[in-house]
Amino acid sequence: MASTLKPYLTAVRHTLSAAICLENFSSQVVERHNKPEVEVRTSKELLLNPVVISRNEKEKVLIEGSINSVRISISVKQADEIEKILCHKFTRFMMMRAENFVVLRRKPVEGYDISFLITNFHTEQMLKHKLVDFVLHFMEEIDKEISEMKLAVNARARICAEEFLKRF
Amino acid sequence: MSERHSFGVEPITCHAWNHDKTQLALSLNNQDVHIYEQNKVTNEWKLMHTLSQHELRVTGIDWAPRTNQIVTCSVDRNAYVWRLDSDGKWKPFLAMLRINRAATCVRWSPEENKFAAGTGARLISVSYFEKQNNWWLSKHIKKPIKSTVSCLDWHPNNMLLVVGTSDFKVKVYSVYIKDIEDPAPATSWGSKHVFGTPLAEFHNSSFGGGWVHSVAFSGDGNRICWVAHNSSINIADASNGNISVTSLKTQFLPFNNCMWVRPDSILVAGYSCCPLLFSVNAKNSITFVCKLDSSQKKESGGISAMRKFQSLDRQAKVEVNTSLETIHQNAITCTKIFSGVNGNVAKFSTSGLDGQLVIWDLNLLESSMQNMKIS
Repeated sequence: MASTLKPYLTAVRHTLSAAICLENFSSQVVERHNKPEVEVRTSKELLLNPVVISRNEKEKVLIEGSINSVRISISVKQADEIEKILCHKFTRFMMMRAENFVVLRRKPVEGYDISFLITNFHTEQMLKHKLVDFVLHFMEEIDKEISEMKLAVNARARICAEEFLKRF
Repeated sequence: MSERHSFGVEPITCHAWNHDKTQLALSLNNQDVHIYEQNKVTNEWKLMHTLSQHELRVTGIDWAPRTNQIVTCSVDRNAYVWRLDSDGKWKPFLAMLRINRAATCVRWSPEENKFAAGTGARLISVSYFEKQNNWWLSKHIKKPIKSTVSCLDWHPNNMLLVVGTSDFKVKVYSVYIKDIEDPAPATSWGSKHVFGTPLAEFHNSSFGGGWVHSVAFSGDGNRICWVAHNSSINIADASNGNISVTSLKTQFLPFNNCMWVRPDSILVAGYSCCPLLFSVNAKNSITFVCKLDSSQKKESGGISAMRKFQSLDRQAKVEVNTSLETIHQNAITCTKIFSGVNGNVAKFSTSGLDGQLVIWDLNLLESSMQNMKIS
């Protein structure tokens, strides 16, 4: 397991650091507008080919690049029903507060659990290599977080069941 | 070897020097252009003027050395030519660009009698001064441009313009304006000189791809270098009668700028945060020479036990030094010649998204680095 995680993360890191080479680009379709091209998709020459990096069927990352923005969608490992529920609750919690997370997108791209939208305004305010570090750190942590929560839920369920069954 | 100057945390969109490099015009990612002068003794930058006429972010500044005029262009679709008044204030003159999208870049011609602005309206606007009406008029080059014009450069003969666009193409145009000047003799790029004639066109790569970020004519005007988003450096050479194109795909992140520092050496800088030197031989094959940024990663000087526990307590992790090894901490967006001319540069300046402006001395760098040879 652990042996496949590292090359997976390295591949994501390299792809991200190449994809987050963004510039400030004013819309060439609407006057005085500046919109993330990866979202509006009005000029196809400004979009890059999307890249999917997958570790297995469940865990994958979709990186869609454009001239002034990049969209990163992550599919988190969900082995059973509990993990599915936990993952859903966890990502929902964050996406409802997306403005506080700055680079988080309010809705995930279809087929993925959580999406980030990084624009040139973020790369101007924050250092690029730290943004890459953040996404990688997030990917490492979310798996850990969910399996910890699953353990906690199971432990709690066991205690509850024991307490309940004591009466019989 | 390199002098660092910091202008705050905001990115520096672009900068330009005056003729004797005592004053610096720069824009900090907003609608104002600031003119600084350096105090010779304390080396501090003093704000002399603020040119605020634009409504939106300034995208290009160019300072004409001989006529001492500044041209600025902005996302608000306007360009202004600034002249120093007799009372020491910069006065704006609106140039009629007649565009309906953002202006992206602007450059004075070598004769300084006209300037060209690239725009998001898929056209190039070449402006010249009309004496009768006392204003800047412009002519458009529209023909086969399919996307935003991202960069342009003038041929030394004042009649040709090379532009790079985000539809992966580089084009050479004749921009002879018969109202204000006499036609120049034919060059290696062609003899036609009707305004707006496309003389040459190059695709960035045979597979299509790569927005062109920067183009540059060589000092003699026979070669064009361009850099694009597929991390490539390309050269088109017209000196032997027919035009040949060579390109090199590099392992680095894409470059934003290119510049001829010698007749056969190119300097590029971009998202790798570090200026790189490439050499070109007689057959136009391009080879990597060296990185110009030799600074080493700073040791964090032995973390004390107390600092370690403090940072564990505050951030739940041991503090590690995450700054980049290079001087610039974020992408380099603008490079300008500081001393020398196109094709023979002694010092150059770079500015980037990290709000720093760095002046590099090529001769000192050459003597300090063993493997660096600028031919």
